[in-house]
Amino acid sequence: MGTRFWQTLRLGLKSLLLHKLRSGLAILGIFIGVTAVIWLVAMGEGVSYQAQQQIKDLGANNIIVKSAKPPSDVTRGGGFVMAYGLLRDDYDRIVANVPTLLQAVPMREIHKEARYLNNVTDARIVGCTSKYLDMNNLAMARGHFLTDKDLEAAENVAVIGHETAKALFPYQDPIGEFIQIEDQFYVVVGQTESKTPSAGIGGSLSAQDYNSDIYIPLTTLRWRIGDMVITARSGSREGEMVELSQITVTVRDIEQVDQTAEIIESLLQRFHSNPDYAIVVPKELLRQAEILQMMFNLLLVLIAGIALLVGGIGIMNIMLATVTERTREIGIRRALGAKQRDIVSQFLSETVVLSATGGALGVFFGFLVNPVISGTRFAFGKVFPDVLAAMPANIRDLEPRIAVWSVVAAFLISVAVGVVFGLYPAQRAAKMDPIEALRHE
Amino acid sequence: MKLAAQVVDVHKDYVLKGGIVVRALRGVSIDFPEGDFVAIMGHSGSGKSTLLNVLGCLDRATRGSYVLGGEDVSRLDDDDLSDIRSRFLGFIFQSYNLIPQLTVVENIELPLYYQGNTSSAAKRRCIELAKMVGLGDRLDHRPFQLSGGQQQRVAIARALVNNPHVILADEPTGNLDSATGEEIMQMLESLNAAGKTIIMVTHEPDIAARAHRTLRMRDGLLESHSPTGALS
Repeated sequence: MGTRFWQTLRLGLKSLLLHKLRSGLAILGIFIGVTAVIWLVAMGEGVSYQAQQQIKDLGANNIIVKSAKPPSDVTRGGGFVMAYGLLRDDYDRIVANVPTLLQAVPMREIHKEARYLNNVTDARIVGCTSKYLDMNNLAMARGHFLTDKDLEAAENVAVIGHETAKALFPYQDPIGEFIQIEDQFYVVVGQTESKTPSAGIGGSLSAQDYNSDIYIPLTTLRWRIGDMVITARSGSREGEMVELSQITVTVRDIEQVDQTAEIIESLLQRFHSNPDYAIVVPKELLRQAEILQMMFNLLLVLIAGIALLVGGIGIMNIMLATVTERTREIGIRRALGAKQRDIVSQFLSETVVLSATGGALGVFFGFLVNPVISGTRFAFGKVFPDVLAAMPANIRDLEPRIAVWSVVAAFLISVAVGVVFGLYPAQRAAKMDPIEALRHE
Repeated sequence: MKLAAQVVDVHKDYVLKGGIVVRALRGVSIDFPEGDFVAIMGHSGSGKSTLLNVLGCLDRATRGSYVLGGEDVSRLDDDDLSDIRSRFLGFIFQSYNLIPQLTVVENIELPLYYQGNTSSAAKRRCIELAKMVGLGDRLDHRPFQLSGGQQQRVAIARALVNNPHVILADEPTGNLDSATGEEIMQMLESLNAAGKTIIMVTHEPDIAARAHRTLRMRDGLLESHSPTGALS
């Protein structure tokens, strides 16, 4: 049985090699289909992996409460100063009233100039607590992060990001040096490692770049800089008064996330008549991203399925021609004792060899998706650097991720295509009258 | 005397489109003793090809019985007939009918392959037969690399490989020049001398004369029976 099988396969291969161009063209259809499945799915996976990774960075156990600027005419306070957003009281209320809470990390961010000697840079000044480092998956390159003691004493200490350090201290170790923000001096106690900026996901989550940050204790920010930010514009001044930019609430169990978000929502609603805050639930985003990816994959599989169908029709076409052309051979084989099923298995094995070869080649080229994409990007960047730079980040930086299921599925489907589309021509060959077939010229 | 094959009152009707019935065989009875060498002659349309197809188990008689090697094969189904062909019959055709993409040895091997015998003993037997018909140095050649006479010799080796009850030859020299035809006829004669039963269709009287006896067909019936050899 085993040898018979291999012999059938070998003879099939032999017949196919007799018509190399024809067989090659038949293979091409399947090859393109299989490669398309693997490539498209890999690119889709790449895009959604980026998004999901960013969402996971936010922490699936977290609920992010952010200050949001309300429509301009509804504000607390008067005059040119807009007061809105989360209050320190909100933080206290959340800590006091949410039973499922593991921790809550408040944060306030302000954009200011920072200087060291003659070096000046624009930085995001982040007032935060000691937990901010771990929560954002940041790591220290030098020194240490802010401590609880710094916070209690409202010390003038700062931890600087990678880009800030490069801008202010191009040639020296920043630890122990004093940087100036407005009229205050802060001693640098640490520097964080560089972190790849994340692209915006949409909704209320914007792009996040941690590298131009300066971290100071939240208490220090409150006393030294204050809640008010005045922006001078041509002819007018605008002021914003925000107590906290963001509170990140972590719960113990991922199951508690939705419930906790509801509690926070109702808690805040009572004290905020205006919609000046937003609640972001990364878990929910993740779920949406996964659904989106599933639909995307489904669409890709559909497209690739059409490609394989076309390939299959090509194979059937060629096999029908082959069967007609080899009518006499079929007659000879029948006369020498081949049963109908022998003829079926002969032609079926030929189609399966064709489609499986196309499938195997497709898998091979499928695995080349990464080098091909990065090569194309490199070449494209050489010829049209402007166009490349203008592309959205998630397309420009796309790293295709080959999905194992797509490789397995594409190959199996290609073999199945061979069987399905080979069956009719093979049946037709087997049903021929041996006498007629022998007489065929 | 033991019979290699026997047809008794065999009829074969073809129904054409439009319901017209063509009676290709109208009651033919022949005994073929073992070691027989028969030539069947007749004009086209006489039914000689139909008779050969029935004898070769490529076609079933509408009525009548066909006993091959002691077994009644007239009511077998397609699969069983295929089996009979690969085990008990050898075919030699006018146009050789070798499979172009297979080598000499692989062509000879085909009947054994369809018996399900792919042993190395089978392979050795094929090589021996190729040597016997004088093609020992061309085992891996393809049919198109051989002359017509050589191709027909491969076909003869193929017809012998399953040690058949009967060898059926359909105009075996029809496509060959007379010298090569003579070679093939000598080969058939020596096979017959070694005990093989041969049934040959031809329309050349001098080829038919090489057989022990000649049967003439006309209008689906056996016309005459002229014994030429000792075995009648």
